Amino acid sequence: MKIKEIIEKLQLKALAGQENLDVDITGGFTSDLLSDVIANSKEGNLWITLQIHQNIIAVARLKDLAGIIIVNNREPDEDTLKKANEENVPVLCCQGMAFEISGRLYELLKA
Amino acid sequence: MLRLFKSDLHIHTCLSPCTELNMSPQGILTAAKKKGIDILGICDHNSSENSLAIMNAAKKMPIHILPGMEVTSEEEVHVLALFDDVENALKLQEHVYQNLPGKNDEEAFGMQVIVNEKEEVLGFSERLLIGATTIPLDEVVSLIHAFEGLAIASHINREAFSIIGQLGFIPDNLGLDALEISPAMTIEEAKQKFPYNYPITCSSDAHYPDDIGKSYTSFLLQEGTVTEIKKALKNEGGRKLIQ
Repeated sequence: MKIKEIIEKLQLKALAGQENLDVDITGGFTSDLLSDVIANSKEGNLWITLQIHQNIIAVARLKDLAGIIIVNNREPDEDTLKKANEENVPVLCCQGMAFEISGRLYELLKA
Repeated sequence: MLRLFKSDLHIHTCLSPCTELNMSPQGILTAAKKKGIDILGICDHNSSENSLAIMNAAKKMPIHILPGMEVTSEEEVHVLALFDDVENALKLQEHVYQNLPGKNDEEAFGMQVIVNEKEEVLGFSERLLIGATTIPLDEVVSLIHAFEGLAIASHINREAFSIIGQLGFIPDNLGLDALEISPAMTIEEAKQKFPYNYPITCSSDAHYPDDIGKSYTSFLLQEGTVTEIKKALKNEGGRKLIQ
């Protein structure tokens, strides 16, 4: 499934990396420990987290992740979004918590 | 004259919920004396309320007490803040308290005992000291420096609450003064595993008296102060970190 479809179905808001939304994701990965994401996420995963530190963009790039969903209505600062745009990493935000968004994404991908 | 200072820059007191009452000023100082510690950093979680008690209790002893705390950033990264002046530690504490939500649950986390230098219990902190502040990591480091403190990333070799565990790697331009490793790792292992351009300090992160000095850093300094340690970390004026 493409990120732009997921944005529509889960009612996410794209904050950065809008040029890269026409990409198929390989699955989801939920974690707030960036060392865990580096160790265990897979290329093309859509990463669900509450972390908003700039390092999330570097980790997404490093692991070739499809994008990042930031939960709980948290918004990264301008520097993080600027970096995301430079690196073309989609950053999406939503109101729900990680549990809910993970469950809904899981259902979408399973369908 | 420059001399060696055996330094354990990271210990907790009975104020941290994860310790026992034996981490009182006397309990701590007796153990530190036994281990021949010259400089001791008081780093309770998100609070410096017991620093002055330990400083006062140590007044007639040949040991230098550095007031400080272990701040938990918004990203749940632990950072040590150490000062020469307790007033500066308390200024940082003010910022931390303003941004530290929650109330402690003694059943779940433990007691947070505020003491004086005579081993008397003055009260119990009701704040959720074990929790995270809402202050982003770069702001934590800036605040520590604004109050002339030393900012050291805690136990970077641990997964939990370390800068590398939480953030994957150390962000550029953070301006930390050093990285700390806990006793679980040797300095040689740390230099291989973490090839960052930062000095590495070793400390005990003691929660029990017997653990004080279990791991320590040797500095060549003129006196046991944060100002001198800063020079040693930058190799200035003959001050050195000896490894």
